[in-house]
Amino acid sequence: MEQKNNTLLFYTLLYFVFLYLPVLFLPLFSFNDADYMSFPLSGFTTEHYEEMWGSVNLHKALWASIKVGVVASIVSTIIALFAAKAFARYKFRGENISYGAIMMPFLIPEIILAVSILVIWLSLGFKLGLIPVTLGHILFCTPFAMLILIARIEGFDFSLEEASRDLGENAWGTFYRVSLPLYLPGIIASLLLSFIISFDEFILAFFLTGSDATLPMYMWGQMRFIQKLPHVLALGAVIIVFTTMIVLLAFWLRNIGQGKDKAELGIKIHE
Amino acid sequence: MLHALQKFYAKSESVRAYTMLSPALILIFLLMLIPMILMLSFSFFTQISFVEIDYTFTIQRYIDFFQKNLLVSLLIKSLKISFLVTLITLLTAYPVCYYIAFYVKKNKMLWLVMLTLPFWTSYLLRVFSWKIILGTKGVINSSLINAGLLSEPLTFLMYSETAVIITLTHAYAAFALLPLYVSLEKIDFSLIEAGRDLGLSRLEVFWKITFPLSMPGVIGAILIIFIPTVGDYVTPALLGGTDGRMLSNMIQAYFGKINNIPLGAASATIMLFTVALVTMIVSYTTKKLTQRIS
Amino acid sequence: MNNSFIQINQISKHFGDVKAVDNVSFEIQEGEFFSLLGPSGCGKTTLLRLLAGFEYPTSGNLLLDGSDITALPPDKRPTNMVFQNYAIFPHINVEKNIQFGLRKLGLTSEEIRERVNDVLSLVKLDGYEKRFSSQLSGGQRQRVALARALVRQPKVLLLDEPLGALDKKLRDEMQLELRTLQKNIGITFVFVTHDQQEAISMSDRVAVMSEGKIQQLSTPNELYKNPHNIFVSDFIGETNFLKSETKSKDGEHINVSIEKLGEFKIKNSLNISENSSNVICSVRPETMMIDKVKSDWDICLEGKIKQTSYLGEMTKFYIETKEIEKIITVSSQYFDNQSFKNNDCFISINLDDISLLNKK
Repeated sequence: MEQKNNTLLFYTLLYFVFLYLPVLFLPLFSFNDADYMSFPLSGFTTEHYEEMWGSVNLHKALWASIKVGVVASIVSTIIALFAAKAFARYKFRGENISYGAIMMPFLIPEIILAVSILVIWLSLGFKLGLIPVTLGHILFCTPFAMLILIARIEGFDFSLEEASRDLGENAWGTFYRVSLPLYLPGIIASLLLSFIISFDEFILAFFLTGSDATLPMYMWGQMRFIQKLPHVLALGAVIIVFTTMIVLLAFWLRNIGQGKDKAELGIKIHE
Repeated sequence: MLHALQKFYAKSESVRAYTMLSPALILIFLLMLIPMILMLSFSFFTQISFVEIDYTFTIQRYIDFFQKNLLVSLLIKSLKISFLVTLITLLTAYPVCYYIAFYVKKNKMLWLVMLTLPFWTSYLLRVFSWKIILGTKGVINSSLINAGLLSEPLTFLMYSETAVIITLTHAYAAFALLPLYVSLEKIDFSLIEAGRDLGLSRLEVFWKITFPLSMPGVIGAILIIFIPTVGDYVTPALLGGTDGRMLSNMIQAYFGKINNIPLGAASATIMLFTVALVTMIVSYTTKKLTQRIS
Repeated sequence: MNNSFIQINQISKHFGDVKAVDNVSFEIQEGEFFSLLGPSGCGKTTLLRLLAGFEYPTSGNLLLDGSDITALPPDKRPTNMVFQNYAIFPHINVEKNIQFGLRKLGLTSEEIRERVNDVLSLVKLDGYEKRFSSQLSGGQRQRVALARALVRQPKVLLLDEPLGALDKKLRDEMQLELRTLQKNIGITFVFVTHDQQEAISMSDRVAVMSEGKIQQLSTPNELYKNPHNIFVSDFIGETNFLKSETKSKDGEHINVSIEKLGEFKIKNSLNISENSSNVICSVRPETMMIDKVKSDWDICLEGKIKQTSYLGEMTKFYIETKEIEKIITVSSQYFDNQSFKNNDCFISINLDDISLLNKK
């Protein structure tokens, strides 16, 4: 460990400010009584929020995003759970190739994924809408979910599962009575974070949704109009608060029950 | 029969593993591999009218791409912007990672969570925030004008390449931070102490010991920033204007308003191959560099 | 011949190129305390896991009480295992841990409660029902693991180095307890360990393993007194090895030329061939005698004490002679610093105590 270094600390804190400022401005200006977001602030108001909440299209888009998010997060988590178990538990040929393949969506620019799915979906004669969006989100969320779950499962003592088999339980009984309870925090974290990823996702929705807007699509539409600016701010602020709370919950869940070095775990998500 | 099946299943770890892996692999196959191959094949067709496509094989689209100055320049600009963003993000994030890895004693995890928290909020919203900050009537300009430091707003901050670069450096910072942090964290501090003990200056210790050892993280960070940035759509669309347009905006147009799907597919394929090429070059050169330095 | 309870028939287990268990065949009697002993990687744990059903043999089969259990999954076998790291379920308490395996046996809740209480008394953990794994010491967890396995009343109890993580005193206590327990309930125990002292003190019979094969299967006494080869001789207890060559046979004896010492008539219990240099002589330290004066034993050498270790109940000497570089001997007699002037001593060996072994 190094001794203190105040320049570096100061730089780091400055960097923090740089990272947080854009995110904090939205809530700040959403209460500003003006149509342009400039300093000095004009006055406190909640009218933007009221206006935002009154929009029917907003509610439709919100509901669409929730539906897609719930389905995508559940399916991704289930697929990723089985895959994570396979990687953590077994040694087998082609392990690295399979791992690379499942992580592939990370290594491809999202627009290419979007365009590819668009092409095949239309070629098959299907209509655009929430379904291809959901499929695209499942593709995109699964690698994330898998990283979260692998980190969680790697700390898992597999002799517990063997003990359960030895004591008379079959594979399903073992999963239900031993594995599931112990995986649960990781599973919930995966569900929450996948939901967030799907909820905020724009590009796949943009290409694949046709006329059913998801929330990001709705915001995109609003962003083009200057008059709607405060409207978007209010919505943005709400979303930011909401997603932050869910993310904090997910992080907290990921760490309970694990005595190990928490930093290690947090990193494994993102590796 | 069932007995034989049971035997087969019990015998092989591989079989069990692949059974569990199959949903994920099928997902990748059906939703990524096949679509991408299909898209690749479309790049060899011709768009005749709004709904008609001529399916005869031709590489004309690729010739079209390289003959259009606009497209080639967009490709180069996308690469240039990505390169700059990667470099700047790396340079600005590295000291922060270094600080947390080596100077923070307690609650490292807390620092990291705090650092990456902004990135879980919607990307769209963050880009929008930058629009507010950088705009002519935005935060920066209005503050500076109000404080009397400026008489006219700075226009280069919005609807420009600069705007795109600034925004993207913010957008992907988290992705640089984490792999970098991980590899710095893994470095055995006694190696650094040994270097100092042997008389090397602090700078030499960093350049000859710390930096090479952090290479895996650097490579990881480079790839994680570069690849999504090249294909970014939102930022150039919202605040790039004409100056800051990138290839993905054109690709979107080909699939949308302009309706030339084969050309769009060819552009996308070219982007993909460029990305793959750059990835390989980056991995190769950084590995060589590491060998030279150490 | 066949009151053999467990039959292991030509069992092999390969992991890729590695032969973890290499064509092993033997039998275990009912009610026996049987140990698999060997260094890490010798295949003993793999063999145990094959018995439990966690590994499937590459070839061969297993019979338990007359039936072929080779293809049975672990939950269908009448065996239960005590795991090396205990594998106590962290999310449920002791009582629920022990009850865990009783669900599938179709017992009434009255019967379940009775069994659980009985087994808790057996392992001396009455009163610990509501505790969780994190609130227990290593020794207590070990007992819970034992109780959990025993409560199902299996035909065979498999133990995978259960005492490895305990400190010495606790380990010695547990060895005695396990042995007594086994004799009282009469269940066949198959015990895996790398600690030869542990195996020797607890078992009816021991199978010494190395590199996937059984080197020798005998009672502890046989293993010590009559090891069949250099591996067993070296692994069990301590010994001195002397370079040798066999000459001509002589009835039940054989003439052996021991390097620098001369030719001697040694008992040929293993029927080793004549004129072979692929042999070695082994002499146990406690069979030799150290003294200040010459003795009339078959071989008596003049030597110098290089080092002494005081072990409490005995003293260990490391001696060097003209003929042999290092001899280890022990004596329960007490010697102090004055006993040997200039560290000069005499070391004596009787021919009857020399074992002739094959080198490989």
